[in-house]
Amino acid sequence: MVNQLLKAPEGPPSDVEQIKDKSNYLRGTLGEVMLDRISAGIPDDDNRLMKHHGSYLQDDRDLRNERQKQKLEPAYQFMLRVRMPGGVALPAQWLVMDELAQKYGNDTLKLTTRQTFQMHGILKWNMKKTIQEIHASMLDTIAACGDVNRNVMCNSNPFQSEIHSEVYDWSTKLSDYLLPRTRAYHEIWLDEEKVVGTAEMEEVEPMYGKLYLPRKFKIGIAVPPSNDIDVFSQDLGFIAIVEDDKLVGFNVAIGGGMGMSHGDKKTYPQLAKVIGFCMPDQILDVAEKVITIQRDYGNRSLRKNARFKYTVDRLGLETVKAELENRLGWSLEEAKKYHFDNNGDRYGWVKGIQGKWHFTLFVEGGRIADIDDYKLMTGIREIAKIHTGDFRLTANQNLIIANVSSQEKEKISKLIVQYGLTDGGHYTALRRSSMACVSLPTCGLAMAEAERYLPVLLDKIETIVDENGLRNEEITIRMTGCPNGCARHALGEIGFIGKAPGKYNMYLGAAFDGSRLSKMYRENIGEEEILRELRVLLSRYAKERQEEEHFGDFTVRAGIIKAVTDGTNFHD
Amino acid sequence: MQLQVSNSPFNHEQTELLNNLLPSLTETQKVWLSGYLTASLSVFNAETADVSVAQPSGKTISKEVTILYGSQTGNAQGLAENAARKLEDNGFQVTTSSMSDFKVNNLKKVQNLLIAVSTHGEGDPPDNTLSFHEFLHGRRAPSLRDLRFSVLALGDSSYEFFCETGKQFDKRLEELGGTRLFPRMDCDLDYDEPAAEWLEGVISSLSEEQGSTVSDVPATITPVSEHTYSRTNPFKAEVMENINLNGRGSNKETHHIELSLEGSGLTFEPGDSLGIYPQNDSILVDMLLKELNWDPEEIVKVNKQGDLRKLRESLISNFEITVLTKSLFEQAAQLSGNEDLKALLSAGNEEKLKEYREGRDLLDFVRDFGSWGESAQEFVSILRKIPARLYSIANSLSAYPDEVHLTVGAVRYDSHGRERKGVCSILCAERLQPGDTLPVYIQHNQNFKQPKNPDTPIIMVGPGTGIAPFRSFIQEREETEANGKTWLFFGDQHFVTDFLYQTEWQKWLKTSVLTKMDVAFSRDADEKVYVQHRMLEHSRKLYEWLQEGAAVYICGDEKNMAHDVHNTLIEIIEKEGQMSHADAQDYLEEMQQNKRYQRDVY
Repeated sequence: MVNQLLKAPEGPPSDVEQIKDKSNYLRGTLGEVMLDRISAGIPDDDNRLMKHHGSYLQDDRDLRNERQKQKLEPAYQFMLRVRMPGGVALPAQWLVMDELAQKYGNDTLKLTTRQTFQMHGILKWNMKKTIQEIHASMLDTIAACGDVNRNVMCNSNPFQSEIHSEVYDWSTKLSDYLLPRTRAYHEIWLDEEKVVGTAEMEEVEPMYGKLYLPRKFKIGIAVPPSNDIDVFSQDLGFIAIVEDDKLVGFNVAIGGGMGMSHGDKKTYPQLAKVIGFCMPDQILDVAEKVITIQRDYGNRSLRKNARFKYTVDRLGLETVKAELENRLGWSLEEAKKYHFDNNGDRYGWVKGIQGKWHFTLFVEGGRIADIDDYKLMTGIREIAKIHTGDFRLTANQNLIIANVSSQEKEKISKLIVQYGLTDGGHYTALRRSSMACVSLPTCGLAMAEAERYLPVLLDKIETIVDENGLRNEEITIRMTGCPNGCARHALGEIGFIGKAPGKYNMYLGAAFDGSRLSKMYRENIGEEEILRELRVLLSRYAKERQEEEHFGDFTVRAGIIKAVTDGTNFHD
Repeated sequence: MQLQVSNSPFNHEQTELLNNLLPSLTETQKVWLSGYLTASLSVFNAETADVSVAQPSGKTISKEVTILYGSQTGNAQGLAENAARKLEDNGFQVTTSSMSDFKVNNLKKVQNLLIAVSTHGEGDPPDNTLSFHEFLHGRRAPSLRDLRFSVLALGDSSYEFFCETGKQFDKRLEELGGTRLFPRMDCDLDYDEPAAEWLEGVISSLSEEQGSTVSDVPATITPVSEHTYSRTNPFKAEVMENINLNGRGSNKETHHIELSLEGSGLTFEPGDSLGIYPQNDSILVDMLLKELNWDPEEIVKVNKQGDLRKLRESLISNFEITVLTKSLFEQAAQLSGNEDLKALLSAGNEEKLKEYREGRDLLDFVRDFGSWGESAQEFVSILRKIPARLYSIANSLSAYPDEVHLTVGAVRYDSHGRERKGVCSILCAERLQPGDTLPVYIQHNQNFKQPKNPDTPIIMVGPGTGIAPFRSFIQEREETEANGKTWLFFGDQHFVTDFLYQTEWQKWLKTSVLTKMDVAFSRDADEKVYVQHRMLEHSRKLYEWLQEGAAVYICGDEKNMAHDVHNTLIEIIEKEGQMSHADAQDYLEEMQQNKRYQRDVY
């Protein structure tokens, strides 16, 4: 039975669709252009394909004008992102990433908002070696960017270790199941021999097809009461339902996404909506069928409107749900009750089951580096050398040194003290709840600073926070350099989107648990105005808030900002 | 009978020759010789008489003179051409040629030979002298008893083997039986005066031997008209642009400098160089003055013409203070009588002296040996005139009319506990601002020229600042729409920061003015990769190009690069042409003969 409503939007395919079409399953001319020694860059077409291999070309924008005058091409370099479902890395893998960052990268590692490693500053001729060394450590970068399913997120809650391990297991299964099947990655980076002759007989990409998806696709699994992974920001979210300490299944939420474009009201952040419940062993089937719906009906003409959220809003939630059940051949159960407290991390040492300890380290901006006296990178390296548990990269760009035995705890604590690694205890709760995307100088999309500027801005906001006695009040604050939303700004109680150097749109009204979007409060303002606004807002919050009332809820209740009930009224 | 200077009309050299010759003659030879001499003398006198009658000034004496030059940068060539003009003005018939173009078989027929030759690096002959030098020193060298010759040797006295190539030619020509018509003249960087003196001597000697009067045309270096700018009358070129081409974090600092030639009338071709008269670093001058405790305002004479200048100014603009020549030591020793100096100059201490001179400047010298002479005047009188620096021109005049571009690598190093700075390169790197002027002149270089046929493929090897002339080549080819294929090899330390003129090469590759480019960055990988490695990687293709008639150009560092690239070329020819090492050497030598292998190395 074919639903008459189900149609992809009309229009000629976008440029990226054409590039994918001609790419021979993501190969393009990548093999050749990576060998060219005259430029450290690669042509645009190949860069589009490169994303599907977990990387893309950037340049140091700080140097762009200067280098142009020097008759040098832009300081081209590659960003490389690892596929690492649930953000779990073994100490040996940490050490490999650390070493690669020193050897080929810019001496830092970025912990991303999707729980994985990102390296910056890799030169073209070092890319193959880097990918091969990552591969040797049992990690890869396949599909870490591009029009495919991205790194699968998973709650890093260490308290319920058994549940976590089970849910984490499903995230890795999803990740593997949804991988592209093309051998392009293996041929280009790992020197795999090309298999000839069988291609015509076999379907190369049984699920994706030769055009892959119209746009990126994001999946995350949350374990209530923590919504650390911002499950409603995902194209496809799963909410683990635990009954009697047992994982019974997942609520399914579809159609979330953060990105939008300035000045284009047809683009907006949206939250995923819960459409039902499935058993654990149905999760792969559900994911695959949701993805094929997006594959078939997503917008391949306008990339700005190609995310699944627009497909869902265009076709209607019920239609999409019906088509999903049609494709599944069975119906979702009714969604189960769940409750989220927050979308942040808990810092410091906590004890989980089986006597294991977990230490959550505050990593400002997710940047692992040795800066001046704070030898964060060295400290974690020393810990990784003796650690027998694992590391977990959180969705808030922090790091959990997880599964530490009681015997180990003392040694690791000593290193934590020795290197002054911080759980953020001496910072305001505001800073601990902050998040920023990479932005300048490497991100080509950035319109304003984010990672480099937010800490500076926070210094000033903290003064206001202290003046109002809000030091221990967790308020999520998020800054992105452009409206694409890598730091999930629309779910921050205080959100900033870069507009121009030093200028930001300011957003308020998001819910602390990630269940309500924010709305624009002020447009195109600079630091002075930001501080003036916050001085008033935080002072009012301190005086007028109700018991346990979060800042986001307060701004809505106090009428400072109108609540966004759906992404479609984000711009109203 | 033993001839002596005192008992014969012959000079010392002649008596020696005669004394060597006479005892070996048979009676028949002696009789023949005496007849021959008598007969030729009467003919000679008759001719002279005729000429005297026809042309009392003695200008029409018909006598052939051959001038051969061996030049790396073009100075020797310029002097040779100047000498030719002067000789022609004096009525001689002159054939001027570079040594590499000269047919060696004709040497036996030459009666009057003048040689102008420079010395390269550590006493090496310039590229275009190699074949002639080898011929003269080899077994095929003919006896040159009828030859009269004189050598003008160019060099730089700060090098150990000063004027070595000239000395070798001078000695060898004598060994082969030639007679000096004027003693060899060794010229330092400031060669104008001695070269003029030599030419005057040569002309007068040639004329005397012809029995004619000394020429009434003064044998000075090219007369300078008011509006002609030259080495002796440099043009003050305004700096329009000065950019460091190396990106942040580089170990290198290479400045791209654009100068205006507007109003100068100066022209150049790709491959030519620009001479710059730099100024010394005033900080170094002040340190020197403080050490010597002399008044910076004292007036001193700065040249033979007696021009006057304040001491400090003269040390900045007129004299060389950063290089210690051997002759400076000798003169200082004479002036001061310093025993340590004398000891250093005494026989057996050559190595010690050389070692001392390396990496030291006048300030070290003054500190170690004290001042000499009573006055500042005495002090400066033994200093060398500050020499001009030559830089390969980096642009094409047709692409940038009235402009000259340079690629100048900043030279800085530590030596004997003090930071040392290249005089001209650091002037460019640290002090030269747009709007400033530099005294410049064009140094033509016929030994680094693109093929006449625009279809001939060219291979260019120019790591580091060696890239400069190739930017000029390619610009020119773009302007003239030359069709021949072009292949450039470039190298430096790091791709990201040191790829000089990167975006320009990328553009030319896109428009196919540049056919191929290969780069080697030595410090980007564990193993050091240089241009010659890239050449080897493409050895087959490179040999194919050679077989198609490609011309090869090398520019840049002489000490390592040029030698390595040279050997690599031989290796490639040997391997791909499947020939012996000796044959490969001959192949390359023939290329050099045919101007298909040219170098501008320093």
